[in-house]
Order: sequence, then structure tokens, then C-alpha cells
Amino acid sequence: MEYSNDLLNALVLISNYVLIPAISYGSQLALGAVGVTLVFGILRFANFAHGEMMSFGCMATIFITWWFQSMGISNGVFPTALLALPFAILITALLAVAIDRSIFSFYRIHKSRPVTFVVASVGVMFMLNGLVRILIGTDEIIFRDGQKFLIKAGVFKKMTGLSEGLALKQTQVLTFVLAVIAVLALFWFLQRTRTGKAMRAFSDNEDLALLSGINPERVVLVTWIIAASLATLAGVLYGLDKSFKPMVYFHLLLPIFAAAIVGGIGHPLGAILGGYIVAFSEITATYAFKKFIKYLAPGDFVPDGLAQLLTTEYKFAVSFFILVLVLLVRPTGILRGRVL
Amino acid sequence: MTDEPFLIGDAMTGGYGSGPDILHGCTISVEKGQIAVIVGPNGAGKSTAMKAVFGMLNLNGGAVRLNGVDITALSPQDRVKHGMGFVPQTSNIFTSMTVEENLEMGAFIRTDDFRETMEQVYSLFPVLHEKRNQAAGELSGGQRQQVAVGRALMTRPKVLMLDEPTAGVSPIVMDELFDRIIEIKRTGIAILMVEQNARQALNIADRGFVLVTGENRFTDTGEALLANEEVRKSFLGG
Repeated sequence: MEYSNDLLNALVLISNYVLIPAISYGSQLALGAVGVTLVFGILRFANFAHGEMMSFGCMATIFITWWFQSMGISNGVFPTALLALPFAILITALLAVAIDRSIFSFYRIHKSRPVTFVVASVGVMFMLNGLVRILIGTDEIIFRDGQKFLIKAGVFKKMTGLSEGLALKQTQVLTFVLAVIAVLALFWFLQRTRTGKAMRAFSDNEDLALLSGINPERVVLVTWIIAASLATLAGVLYGLDKSFKPMVYFHLLLPIFAAAIVGGIGHPLGAILGGYIVAFSEITATYAFKKFIKYLAPGDFVPDGLAQLLTTEYKFAVSFFILVLVLLVRPTGILRGRVL
Repeated sequence: MTDEPFLIGDAMTGGYGSGPDILHGCTISVEKGQIAVIVGPNGAGKSTAMKAVFGMLNLNGGAVRLNGVDITALSPQDRVKHGMGFVPQTSNIFTSMTVEENLEMGAFIRTDDFRETMEQVYSLFPVLHEKRNQAAGELSGGQRQQVAVGRALMTRPKVLMLDEPTAGVSPIVMDELFDRIIEIKRTGIAILMVEQNARQALNIADRGFVLVTGENRFTDTGEALLANEEVRKSFLGG
């Protein structure tokens, strides 16, 4: 009895601090990585501005949320930001298309090399980063409203009689549910619709796609609209779950790229897989297992230290490590994407 | 209407980009319901001549006319819309997509119902129907070529252009492919192809063009070229 209680406590502990956070963080990374991988598949360059597109989308959502709140519009138990999201997606998609028309299309006409596109996207990244900070400032913003917890730690303890509590935030469930819906919609679009198939054809064999009469500019346009929508969704879910800080999205670029490359760049399914791999690795490596071991170890054994591989300050080292490992061992990624 | 062939690349001169000319006054033509084959030694400009007919390089001289209409200024994409189908030598299928999706992409410019055409392609290449839900990249070399030809047929072209359709396939598969090509010709389509396997290709050709250094050396019926002592000695290995 005593030991089975310990086992349950250990399970709850690991769910609360690793499993649930990693699933929601993984979903956010996956959405970001799918956007990066789509742009790579169609436009054939790694878009460094993707993180800032997430940031811009989240900022647009916050402004609209504030506006809605000032008019007294709310979404009941759900965050008001969900109502603002479609409008923010529209604005971000317009921005992405405008950036493409004014910047990237120039390099397409001149048939520039991929590295030129990458450097241009770095420029776009700095520009967007500056724009966001000018518009909304650099402070941390919490824009979550509605019901915060679905399960509270204290209530859980009382209900189960365990000494470990399990907290489930509404944003964590929302993140997972919305990510699943978005991904299913994307796959349906890519597999079943004429435009989606044209995008896959274009990604597979550009010359043959042109020969088949597929309009490249239309494919590029649709790609940016989808990438911007996914970026906004990912940015808002991340911001709701944690908080909005303009620089955070710049830092997110590394785990997102790691996720896209681990899964096999150009492969939407791989990007999703990669998102969860990176999230689980990052959170597992930075979690202090001391208490977990205490519950499971026989007798009264308690580890001396925190039993933590890395402190959370070094969490980006995990993405970096995964990235280097994959590029060394299997540069095509798990699902055999393209080599960068 | 004149007596001009259905499709003619007339006295074409040109090369890739701003590079030197590869073709020098080269003429290639084909009639409806006939097979025309371009043969010649390596570097003779066979593929280049075909690409010139399809508008993949800029001509410095000469013209391309389809059914009497000058199409020299049209892009390859526009030529597809005018009834020309092209099967490149390499990268001629969408490897990550299923056989059926490859055919659908072939019909991309069509706004009408293309299921009937797809059935025709399937009856021409029964193995494709069997493997229609398989990724095209997983098929054998000969089957991939069938996908490639099938894709090009989806627009119901009046001219089908094949760049070395039998490159890298076994002799048995080559015979099989040639049989299919003859079947396609019988539906009234004009077929223009470049071939390494000159002897076998001239065997099924109504018309043969022997090119050397971008110029026409011999032009005759396939039969006559095969019988020509000089052609045999110089280009068919005796």
C-alpha cells in the first residue's frame, strides 16, 4: 500500500512537471516547425523570420483582445484571445504576403541562391522584431483571461488523498486540442484539395510542376498564408500558456528549427514529431528528478543533489545538442527530408 | 493550310542562356499519328533540339510552328496549353505522390472532368491502375517511365515529346515501352522522341532525324535510314 502510493505520487509528479508541460510545449513547437518546414518545402529556404511572425501574430491578437475587452466582449470561461485570433491571423497573413511581394519575390525573380534568401529572412526577422517592440513595448504581458485551471493542485490532492498535486491549466488543453485541429486541417488540405496537392507537387519537383501548369506564384501565396496562420496560432498558444515577451520568440527559433530538422525538413509530419521530441528532451533534461527518485527508490534513499541534468537556464543547449547530433548522424532527419 | 508538317521546328539556331549556339539551322518535324525519332552521337544536340521545339531555350534563328501557327514566342507552359506534352529524361515524376496524384497533376490545367482520360491511361498501362495508390517513387524504372508518360497524356496532347524514354531500363522493358508508344501513336497523337538506342528506335519510327553537331545529317523514313549504308556504319555500329 505504502509503495503503491509512492508509485502513484511519482506518476502524478512526472505528469505534472514533465508530461503535461512537454505535450503543450511540444504542440507549440510543432505548429511553429510545420510553418518553417512548409516554407522550406515550397520556397526552399530556412525562414529565420518565422519566430518573429509568431511574435507579430501574438501581438496583433493582444491588441485585438484589449480592444474587445474595452468593449466588454468576453469569451466566458475561454480566453478572449481566441475570439481575436481569426482577425490576428488575417492581419499576419497580409503582412507575410506583403513581405513576400516586397522582399522575397525580388530574389525569386533574380533566381538567387538559397543562402541569399536566408540572409534576407534574417533582415526581415530584425525588422519585425523592432516593429513589435515599437508597437507593444518590451514588457512582459499576460493576456490570458477566463478560467485558468481545469484541475487545481489542491483540489486534486484532496480528491485523491495523494501528497502530490496535479494541476491542469486550460491553456494546456487548449493548446493540444487546437494544435490537433490545425494539423488535421492542414493534412486534409495537403492531401485532398487541388491546391494542396499542387503545393506538394511543387515541393516535390518544381520543374515538373511548372510543366504541369501549376502557377508558382499562387502556390507561394497560399504557402505564406498557411505559414502565417500557423505562426499566429503557435505564437498565441505559447503566449497564453506562459506570457508574451517579444524576445521569447527570437529564442524559440532554435528549438523550432531543431524540431523541423530532427523530423526531416520539408516533411510536415516530421516537424510535428520533431516538436514533441525537442520539447520532451528539453523538459526532461532540465527537470530535477530528486523527488521522483525519492518516491521510487527503495528504502529511504534520497539523491544528494537535485538529480537535474541541466539547469533551466541552459535549456536551449538541449535543442542545440539535438540539432548537432541529427546533422552528424542523420542529416536527412527521421522521416528523410531534404538536406539543408 | 500548306503541306507543312503538323509540328515543325524549322531551321532552329540557338543554345542555352547566353552560351554558344548548339543548334545550327536544325529542322525537326512530325506528323499526326506518326513517330519521329531524333538520333545521333553524344553531344549532337538531340535533347537540345527537342527542348528547342518545346521552348525551353531561346532561338536565335528559325521558328517553331504547330498546326501552321507560329508558337516560337510561347513559354513551355503555354505550349502545354496548346496541346504539347513533354516527358523530361530525368525527374519526370512526383516521387512522393501516388501514381493517381501524378496523373491528377498532369491534368492540372484541365477544368473539365478528366476521369475518362485517366481510365484511358490506366488501360494503356494496366500496372499503373494496380499501383495507383502507391508512391510513384517506389516503382521500378520502367513503371516510373509509364507514370511519366501517363502524366503527360493527361492533358490529351496532340504532340507527345519523349526525351530518352528508355534510358536506364532493361531491353525487355524497352520493347514493352516501345509497344506502348506505338499504341499511343495509333490514337492519332504525333510522337517526337530522342533515343540512345538508335537501331530499335528507328525500327518503330516513321521518320528519323540523324543529328551531328547540331545540324541535320540525314533525314528519311526510319526504314530507309536503317538501310542506309553510311548511317549504319557511322551511327548504328555497323
